[in-house]
Amino acid sequence: MSGVWGAALRRELTLIWRAPADMVQPLFFFVVVVSLFPLGLSPKPALLALVAPGAIWVAALLAVMLSLDGLFRRDQESGALDQMLTSPVVSVVPVAAKLLAHWLLTGLPLALMAPLLGYMMQLPVAVLDTLMISVLLGTPTLTVVGAIGAALTVGLNRGGILLAVLVLPLYIPVLVFGAGVVRTAQDGLPTDGLLAVLGAILALALSLGPVAVALGLRISAGD
Amino acid sequence: MWKTIKRWYHQLGSPVYFYRFSSAVLPWLLPISVVLLGVGLAWGLAWAPVERYQGDSYRIIYIHVPASSGALMGYIAMGVAGLVALVWRMKMAEVMLKALAPFGAVLAAVSLVTGALWGKPTWGTYWQWDARMTSMLILLFLYLGIIALQSAIRDPRQAARAASLLAMVGVINVVIVKYSVEWLQTLHQGSTLKVVGESSIDAAMKWPLLISMLGLWLLYAANVLMRARTEVLNRERRAGWVRKLVSRPRGI
Repeated sequence: MSGVWGAALRRELTLIWRAPADMVQPLFFFVVVVSLFPLGLSPKPALLALVAPGAIWVAALLAVMLSLDGLFRRDQESGALDQMLTSPVVSVVPVAAKLLAHWLLTGLPLALMAPLLGYMMQLPVAVLDTLMISVLLGTPTLTVVGAIGAALTVGLNRGGILLAVLVLPLYIPVLVFGAGVVRTAQDGLPTDGLLAVLGAILALALSLGPVAVALGLRISAGD
Repeated sequence: MWKTIKRWYHQLGSPVYFYRFSSAVLPWLLPISVVLLGVGLAWGLAWAPVERYQGDSYRIIYIHVPASSGALMGYIAMGVAGLVALVWRMKMAEVMLKALAPFGAVLAAVSLVTGALWGKPTWGTYWQWDARMTSMLILLFLYLGIIALQSAIRDPRQAARAASLLAMVGVINVVIVKYSVEWLQTLHQGSTLKVVGESSIDAAMKWPLLISMLGLWLLYAANVLMRARTEVLNRERRAGWVRKLVSRPRGI
């Protein structure tokens, strides 16, 4: 099974690596959306620090969601998706490889970029590591949960807006706790408990999510 | 007992049996629900005693609480129907899931509107990002998501199965959302109706509430049955029993 896992992961990473725009665009989107806030609100440091956790988290949420729209589409158009579903391998394995590859090349860069954006949004430097950890713990959940929606809408022509309507309500817990952790850190309170909750949500998403995504793909394939 | 339930489950899984069963039940269910709802509302709105602090404004509880509980139960029922539809591939569960969504969404909206109207005189605001209000808003979003997904997929079986998966994920999400926003902040009062133990609501106010609640739930059930019947006829339009049914001058 490790052979299948390795091959599937290598395939996904290679595919994304050969189309770097797919990887860079969510990151670029993230940076642009966060930079809109100081321009739209006001550049006052106190105000920016107040809205920063929410603004950064909402931007990360949207970046992940928009990047997921095409997650299965190309494979579906080329027929690779049907091959994957009819192959004797349990379809959860290649699906999980796909999710991991997607997170490594979109979620992880967002997490690495978050401290810089936090600094630009006038968050205290002491809080930036908490911000990064929260994005690091939250984005895999966003990838997995969003992929369920992407799997269910893969065959439909009007993916984008429908995907947002389906997935954004499901993102709310991650948003609440993710931004909440940063605000708690800003208040100088201990953040371990909230980070643990984010981790618990992640554990739930990782254990049930890939199965649900595979099932969603089967449903979309008309099974 | 268990055997009866099992037999019932299998019988209701058959579209023909369901159609006959609902034809027998609906003529009773619908009038009973309307009468109960009418009695409960009239009693609550006109004859129940005035509340000590909130005056007459509390009377909106007789619409607010039944609608909120109905919306919540409807979504949980959709999750259960989704599980049955995906695991046992039961066609009637798919039909039920589709039938449950529209009325549930309306109830969620009614709950939000009545809650806002009640909030103004008692809390001094129409809207607060309080735990229960936020949860209900998200419940409405989830209902709308299910309806949107179903209307986007043309094949009815595929649409129902996709909605089943979404409903199950949604049920887990509702639970997490409830705790996450409760942690955020809360303004809403706790429930005064308790199934176990003493309710903290006076009996003169409780009975009309219970009656209107039961009435609205039964009305929801009647609406679900009616929608499910239409859906069954549509899905089984090529089956022999439907042809026989429509070619006959009167229904089964």
